[in-house]
Formats: sequence, structure tokens, C-alpha cells
Amino acid sequence: MVKKFICGDDAVAEGVRLARPHVISAYPITPQTVTVEKLSEFVEDGSLKAEYIHVESEHSALACAIGVSSVGARAFTATSSQGLLYMAENLPYASGARMPIVMMVANRSIALPWSIYGDQMDSMFLLNSGWIQVYVEDAQEALDMTIQAYKIAETREVMLPVMVNLDGFVLTHTYEVVEIPAQEMVDNFLPTIKMPDNSMSMEDPKSLCISAGNTTNLEFRIKQQIDTENSVSVIEKVDKEFGDMFGRYYGGMLEAYQCEDAEAVLVATGSITGTSRIVLDELRKEGKKVGLLKLRYLRPFPTAKLAEILENVKAVGVLDKSISFGYEGSIFTNVNSALLQSGIMPETVNFIGGLGGRDITKQNIREMFESLLASASGEKQQTLQYVNVRCKL
Amino acid sequence: MNKPKLKKWQDPDEISKFPMGATCKSDNLTSINAGWRTFRPVIDQSKCINCLRCFLVCPDGVIDKSGSELEIDYDFCKGCGVCAFECKVKAITMKKESDFNG
Amino acid sequence: MERLNAKNLTNNELFYGHKACGGCGEALAVRIAMKILGERTVSVLPAGCMSAVSFNYPHMCFTNNAIITPFAATASVATGVAAGLRALGVENTHTVGFAGDGGTADIGLQALSGAIDRNEQIIYFCNDNEAYMNTGIQKSGLTPYGSKTTTTPAGKNLPGSITMKKNMFEIVAAHGIPYAATASIGYLDDFMMKVQKAMATKGTSYIHVMAPCPTGWGYPSEITVSLAKEAVDSGLWFLAEYEDGEFTLNRNPKEFTPARDYLKKQIRFKHLTEVDINTIEEHRDKTWARMRKNWMR
Repeated sequence: MVKKFICGDDAVAEGVRLARPHVISAYPITPQTVTVEKLSEFVEDGSLKAEYIHVESEHSALACAIGVSSVGARAFTATSSQGLLYMAENLPYASGARMPIVMMVANRSIALPWSIYGDQMDSMFLLNSGWIQVYVEDAQEALDMTIQAYKIAETREVMLPVMVNLDGFVLTHTYEVVEIPAQEMVDNFLPTIKMPDNSMSMEDPKSLCISAGNTTNLEFRIKQQIDTENSVSVIEKVDKEFGDMFGRYYGGMLEAYQCEDAEAVLVATGSITGTSRIVLDELRKEGKKVGLLKLRYLRPFPTAKLAEILENVKAVGVLDKSISFGYEGSIFTNVNSALLQSGIMPETVNFIGGLGGRDITKQNIREMFESLLASASGEKQQTLQYVNVRCKL
Repeated sequence: MNKPKLKKWQDPDEISKFPMGATCKSDNLTSINAGWRTFRPVIDQSKCINCLRCFLVCPDGVIDKSGSELEIDYDFCKGCGVCAFECKVKAITMKKESDFNG
Repeated sequence: MERLNAKNLTNNELFYGHKACGGCGEALAVRIAMKILGERTVSVLPAGCMSAVSFNYPHMCFTNNAIITPFAATASVATGVAAGLRALGVENTHTVGFAGDGGTADIGLQALSGAIDRNEQIIYFCNDNEAYMNTGIQKSGLTPYGSKTTTTPAGKNLPGSITMKKNMFEIVAAHGIPYAATASIGYLDDFMMKVQKAMATKGTSYIHVMAPCPTGWGYPSEITVSLAKEAVDSGLWFLAEYEDGEFTLNRNPKEFTPARDYLKKQIRFKHLTEVDINTIEEHRDKTWARMRKNWMR
């Protein structure tokens, strides 16, 4: 085990190197570029024995990964923003084909207006793609989840592609000390991919990515839904196995921080959860009963676990770094539905922040908690609030 | 006759029996094309010189040359007429399909 | 390399029982190619007629491994398949793409260009029936001048399609591809020889085979093979190769059969006036003059 001072993008590259993919298909897009650059260096110096293919577009990057996976080899690719939307039709393709591809997405805003900075507009578009979606908080988690992603994806009962999401720039390009596990330990945790049942082999020829007419299509989809929902238990199991072996547990589908007696809880994803914890600790010192729910996976959605944690909370805020125009943030929609289905009806507030890389400061987070606490004590708050706006609305 | 054969098939009666992913094993023919025909090719073996042109040009590959005489797989012949048209000695005639159904 | 013909070609069918129209030229091209490519071939097909007619659960018409790709992605999925097989140490295989004219010259061009540029170990067939047939006969980049399609109707003002076929063969050659060829199901011996050459190529190979479509072109299905031959004999298609940086014309007829005879057999050209036919012949003659000048040694 070695410690390196690296950025989020680097950490993903290290995780990929340790995961030993057979083929990497690479197309650059800010702010994912450092990952694909670093991977090319690993291939060049021989520390990563993978074929590195310089594809000519993002659509081809995922299409290539689909080809690799179709014959039972381990594939990796990465993208962001416009690139994710360009390859969009290939995402449900990969999930419908049940291919255990791992793809890192550097979450970045979507044109228009153009922005290279981080928000979650991109991955929110693909919530319906059938991919497992995990959001990481820091570079260590980025490395760890890249490895875990393969283990989850390649589990026979799962066999679904996994999207590992990092906040653009604030995580992809910031530096921290990261533990790089030893290759032998990772090999133990993540053995060579076993030929999936649905791959093409010379011994057992198959037809892949087929059509299903209206008498069988529904059943194919239902099977995919059932298997995606059942992946929750595998996600939890792999989290525990990883923790047992490497000493870092992440809580599985979500991590609840100080929620047991909380009156107000902020639900958030990604790097902002780190800052939120610090603000929360300060508020707790002031006697405020606040909690943080770090949603790690948005798909599958942890309805039951979320409801369990929020059961007695009076006010729940959901921070979305995206918006569905004409409606609200998508995580807010998902959380509200989960709460209603579970018969839990706290006050809920949607905080829309971070769009186009707008900073979310400790003060902003404090104000979010204060709004929630006000709501918890009966003062109705505006349902949709923007964070850190620079002009009058 | 050595052509891929029709397989007996039942759609799965339970979700768990559906394939994982949009997948199926190859070489899995579950329906024939015979019903498409308005005409069917008939080989006059006495005229056939075994040049195998019909075998070569059939878009569906239903002419079988594995035996001592050319045979047509009528399960999968669509009656397109290419074989009859291309036969240099006019050994193949397109006959009305309705003449063959009881 | 043994010269292939009907006698020594295998009786085994590797593409069979499909729901293509009777007399489909593309089906014949795929059928013959598969016999030569053999069982250790992974066939890669985008959205199009061939995939639409042979992969409908549970009716699977490829005897061996085959995968449908997103429409634009034939060459990029094929790239991945070849790389995956290599990485797993699976040897003596062929990775082959069978795409239509739309899936090659239009939406598939980017991926094809990238694959050739990287010199991927794949064989790429463009099955050219000169329109988007699977979706109902719409114009593609390879629809010839004067062709009526459902998006280029022939009427008072326009003679159908008003553009010439995109020159895919030379576009591919301009990449410096190791081997490219044009072919026709009307000249099957020539086609089979080219398939063999593609299989022996180190790096990417491309075969552009004209495959008439009775439904889309409007002619009686039985003349499919003969019509394909006539396209070549009238000079409206050509048989050529690009190999090791050199072009070769495989057939250089002294005289063309009348273009009019070829065109008037097809409903898609029924409306052509003398002026239109002249335009077509002029373009043909200019093309041939250039090919003869540059490619003959």
C-alpha cells in the first residue's frame, strides 16, 4: 500500500489500473481528461496491461466498450457532460444487454449555456438508463468505488453497467492524500472476469442485442427491473467485503450522519457531503439537531433505507445540482416519492445549487440547515430555493 | 438435406426463464417462411446439369447440394424465382404454390 | 488462395431462415460472405434490414456469434469485439461488420473512419442497396441521381434524388486502408475472391458490394442477380480494388450496355426523362474517364 497526493481524476485512473481492464476506450472531455491521460501513461510505462483505443467520439467510446464486453472481456471508459449525452443511446443498450461495463463520469454542466464546470445536469439525464449510479465524495472514495464497481457489475446476479460519478473540478481536480491499495490485494478482491452467460464465445455461439416484439419485450424489461432492484443486496455485500479487506466502509447505498435524533436532515450527493459534515458538526455544537444523509446510489434508489432513516425527521432538504425545467430537481422528486410510498410526510424543501459550477459555501449550507430547522418548527419555507444566487430573482 | 432446422419453441412462462440481457442462442429457427410463397421452384432433375448456379445464387440458401441431387428446403424457400431465372438450362420451373396445397 | 466457386463453397448455411424479402440482394451477399468467413466469425450488424430480419426473439438466423449494434456504431462495436477477443487470447477469428449504405456512408461514417484510421483488425462490408430500405426506402448518401425514394419523390419539379452517390470507395482508400474493394452480387466469383482477400488482410479491409433490393428498386424479385450484373455492365457500378496504395479496375468493358435498359427495369427510375438519363450517362462517363486515367497502369 502506497500513499499518493493526487486529484480525483488521478484516483480513478489508479483504481482502473488496479482493476485490470482488458480494453480502455478513451475520448477526452473536460474535466475527465486527466483520467484518460493518466491511463495512457500507465499503459505506456507498462504498469497497466490493457489495450488503449483512441476512439473518435464518445458514442464510439461506449460502443467500443459494448463490443469488448460482448465477448466477455473487461471494459472501461469515461466521459462527462456533452459526451455523456452524445453516447446516451448506448447507455440503455449496455444495461439492456446486461454488460458489466464501468464508466467514470466527471459530472459537468450541460449546454446551454456552455460551461465546463461541475454540476449534475449530465448524469441526471441518464437516471433512466438502467445503469447503477454511484456518487463519490472524495478522491479516496473515487478510487475505491472504481474497484468496487467492477465487483458489483460482474456479480452474476447483477451483470449491470456502473456509472461512477465525480463532481467536475471540485473533486476531479482537487488534491488529497489517497491510499493506493496493493495490486495483490485488489486481485484477491476482484479476480479476473468470469465469462458471463450472455457473452459470445466460439464454443457457445450467441446472438446479442436482439429485438423482442410486443409479445415478449415487456418481460425482458421486467426482468431487468427485478435484477436492478436486487442489486441492492450485492452493493451492500460488496461494501462490507471491501471494508473488511481494505479497512474503508462507506455504508452501502447511503450513509447517515447524525440522523438518529435529527429534526432536520439535508440529503446530498457527491463532494458537497464533505463540506456539509463540517457545517453540521458546527451546528451540532450549537445544539441544533441536524443530520446529513449522503445518498451514494441514485440507481437503484434506496427507498426503504431512506425512509427508515427519515422516519422521524420533521424537515428534509434535498440538494440538487440540477433541475428539470418546468418542475424541480430530480433527486428531490425521487426522495419525495420514496417518502410518500413509505407513508412518511416530513416538510420537504428542494435546494437547487451548484449549477454551472456555482460555489456552495459553508455559509450556504448553514443557511440551508437553518431553513430546514425553521421548517421543522412550523415556519413554512419556500419549496424550491436557489443557493448562492448573485442577483435579485 | 443439411440445412439449419426448425426448433420447437415455447416462450418462457416465468420471468426467471427469460434470457439475461437481450440475448438468445444462435441457430434458433422457430418459424418457417413457407407461407410467403405464391410460386415454388421445382427442379427437373432430368434437365439439371449440376452446375450449382442455383445453389450459389439463392438469397436464402435453401438449395442443398449435399446429396446426389439438388434438393430445395421448402420450409424456408420464399419463391423469389432467382434460381429459376438464373438456371442456364431452364431446369427449374416456378409452379403455383396453390397446386401443392391439399 | 484457392479460387472459390459453387462447387467448393461449403453447403453449410451460416445465415439462414431469415425474414428478408424474397430476392433480397443483401441477404445473398451476407450468406455468401458468411460461408467463406466461417464459424469462428463474430458478425456485427447495425440497425438495418439484415439485423431486423434475423434477430427477432426467439428466431435467430445466424448460426454463430452475432451482435446488433446501435445504428452509428458498426465499426466501433466491431473495434471492441476484435480488441476483446485479442485480450482474451481467442485466436483464429474474424470480426466482421455488415452495414447498409446508410449505416456506412451517413450515420456510420465517423466510426468507420476512426476504425480504418486505427487500422483495426476488422472486415467491413457496405451492403449497398442505395437507400434506407429498412425504414421504408428513404434517400441515403448512396442513393444515385434520379432515384425515386420516399424522401426524394419524383414529380413536376424534381427527378427524384438530385445528388450523385457519395464516393465511399475512394473515401475509404484515402485513409490508406490496406485493402478495399467494390463488388456486386452480379459477379459472385469476383465477390468471393475479394472476401478471401479481405480475410487475409492485416489490418482493416472494406468491401462495398452493390446489392439490389426488389422492394425498394421496384423490379420482379427473380432478376436480382442479373440486375446487379447489369449495373456493372452498364458502367453504373464498377469492380475495383485498392490494395497496398494502388487502385485496380477489375473489369474495364470496352463498351457499356445501355444505361437506359438497366434503369428502365426499375420503378424507382421509371420517371426518368431523356435529359435525366443523359445526366446519368455523362456522370458515368466522367467517372470512368477519371478511373481509367488514374488507375490504369
